Amino acid sequence: MTTHYLVLSALLFAIGGVGVLVRRNAIVVFMCVELMLNACNLAFVTFARQHGNLEGQIIAFFVMIVAAAEVVVGLAIIVTIFRTRRSASVDDANLLKY
Amino acid sequence: METAAEIVQHSGGVIGLSWLTIALPLLGAAILLLGGRRTDRWGHLLGVAMSLASFVVAVIVFFELLGFGADERRRVVELYDFLPGGTLDVKMGLLLDPLSISFVLLITGVGSLIHIYSIGYMAHDPNRRRFFAYLNLFVAAMLLLVLADNYLGLYVGWEGVGLASYLLIGFWQHKPSAAAAAKKAFIVNRVGDMGLALGIFVIFTTFGTIAYGPVLANASQASQGTLTLIGLALLLGACGKSAQLPLQSWLLDAMEGPTPVSALIHAATMVTAGVYLVVRSGPIYIGAPTAALVVTIVGVATLLAGAIIGTAKDDIKKALAGSTMSQIGYMMLAAGLGPVGYAFAIAHLIAHGFFKASMFLGAGSVMHAMNDEVDMRKFGGLAPKMRITWATFGLGYLAIIGFPLLSGYWTKDGIIEATMEHSPILGWLAVIGAGITGFYMSRLFFMTFHGKPRWEKDAHPHESPAVMTWPLILLSIGSVFGGAFLIMGNRFMEFLAPAVGRPKELPHFAPFSVAGVATLAVVAVGVAYAWLKYGRAEVPAVAPRGSFLTVFARRDLYGDAINEALFMRPGQWLTRLAVFFDNRGVDGLVNGLAALIGGTSGRLRRVQTGFVRSYAMSIFLGAALLVGAWFVVGNL
Repeated sequence: MTTHYLVLSALLFAIGGVGVLVRRNAIVVFMCVELMLNACNLAFVTFARQHGNLEGQIIAFFVMIVAAAEVVVGLAIIVTIFRTRRSASVDDANLLKY
Repeated sequence: METAAEIVQHSGGVIGLSWLTIALPLLGAAILLLGGRRTDRWGHLLGVAMSLASFVVAVIVFFELLGFGADERRRVVELYDFLPGGTLDVKMGLLLDPLSISFVLLITGVGSLIHIYSIGYMAHDPNRRRFFAYLNLFVAAMLLLVLADNYLGLYVGWEGVGLASYLLIGFWQHKPSAAAAAKKAFIVNRVGDMGLALGIFVIFTTFGTIAYGPVLANASQASQGTLTLIGLALLLGACGKSAQLPLQSWLLDAMEGPTPVSALIHAATMVTAGVYLVVRSGPIYIGAPTAALVVTIVGVATLLAGAIIGTAKDDIKKALAGSTMSQIGYMMLAAGLGPVGYAFAIAHLIAHGFFKASMFLGAGSVMHAMNDEVDMRKFGGLAPKMRITWATFGLGYLAIIGFPLLSGYWTKDGIIEATMEHSPILGWLAVIGAGITGFYMSRLFFMTFHGKPRWEKDAHPHESPAVMTWPLILLSIGSVFGGAFLIMGNRFMEFLAPAVGRPKELPHFAPFSVAGVATLAVVAVGVAYAWLKYGRAEVPAVAPRGSFLTVFARRDLYGDAINEALFMRPGQWLTRLAVFFDNRGVDGLVNGLAALIGGTSGRLRRVQTGFVRSYAMSIFLGAALLVGAWFVVGNL
């Protein structure tokens, strides 16, 4: 029973990872990151259910909080970059380098 | 053989004040050096006064010492604790015995005369005060050298005279040749001083003390190997200071100094310090026949080398310097013979102090008259112009070639005869040396004072002032009578016996021995040959090229070339190698490491492309690697 949830979680995580690696639009990359985080959450909850304790669920809450904070900061950065450079492509924001 | 007398402690009397002989000239040097230009007007007078005062103290000490019985004439005056350091506890004291007082009288006596002479000689030099300061410093250091009652005190004096010699050779340091000569003297002396230092180290490890008394009294108990080692090390020091082979090269260049310096330091006193060291350390050489043999061989080699160099030099001072080397060779030879030779060595040293100082000062007087010209080919016919210089120089000349009844005759003949008994080969070589001495000194004398004048146009030779001629006259009295006074009736040998021991049988001075007659004969041949070549015949104004032997002698027997080939060039190679190793090896390693890190990080930096997705990719790959590794490790 839990295997299905774990497979789903792995699929979601993989989809998110591929999205982060291949997409250029910062918003989409962002959403893919969210997808990966939530895939992790699903895995945590699954294991919590299987072991019959609450630790996994608590960690899932923590992940959600961190994700919310990340969304706040990340979106702010993306909006600011869009305002100055008229682009939301992550490849355009490449000034910070060697 | 009778050994030396016991050393007794002494306090009180003028002997108790003998430290004044050292302190007075030292004070003079300090006042003149610290006082600076303010003392210019009377500086030379202070210098002379200090030297004379030291001489007066020395004379009184001498007579007080004579007041004791012969076996009580070795007295130590304790001064202070010099180095209280654990097992090495050096108490500084002055050893007053016949040997040291002979030196003290020579140094202060001849030294004072040369001080007086310098008033006239340096009259026109703007730095005359500094000159007298250095002279006083020299006298103080030399007195410490001969008076100290331990090897460390001797070493301090030894270095002090080395310093004074350096300062005075380079007194006219605006001349590059003088500056170079000063450095050369200093550096060559360092080699010898290293030997002396090593000798003192071995003495300390062997005997546990470096005071003369216990070391010399117990010398016979040490092993022969140790004594040989000490003897050879001390001989190296003596060779450096006394310009003996193989460390002779500096003395000829040292003639760059003012002439009174050449007379005082490089003829009469400092260069004889090596002889003093060997005679003072007599018991060590008696216990080490090999070392004593080496001393005699060095002496003979140097007496021949110096004489040969003297034959070819046209520079009057360098010819005299070659002669000094040669005469010190005689002293070394005698000192190597043991107690038989000690008295002759020191007597010859004192006689030489007189006649060589008189001749050097005479040469200075000639230079003074000839606009500081030193080339003898530009002299000639000076005798009628400078009667006193000619007469005093002539007496010194007769004394050094061993003219019968003059100083050199007694002392040098004594050395040759003592050597004959010891080893006929060395004895005959010494006779040959005497013949060459007759030749080169006659050549020098005839070229300078006789023959036709070959003066430069602007030369107006004249006799020197009285302040310069009186020291010459006094010194020539010593060069006429000194030898006879010391040698006749073995007077000096008896006097020195409490300090250096007495030989088993006293030498009998036979006036017509084979060696004596042979010596006179070869000297006569040398003088006659010199008269034919330089007295009667015309002397060419420019030195002829000469045979290869002449060139060999003129080039100081290639001493400099040998030093250059053996030490200087390999030394330069070594420094170049070290510099190369430092630049390429050490610096290369450090710089290479820095370049490697810099270059690698420069390349690694390129990873930071600024593209977020490639960072994500590297994170992904890293994570994949970790997971993969976990699988592998976890399955083990």
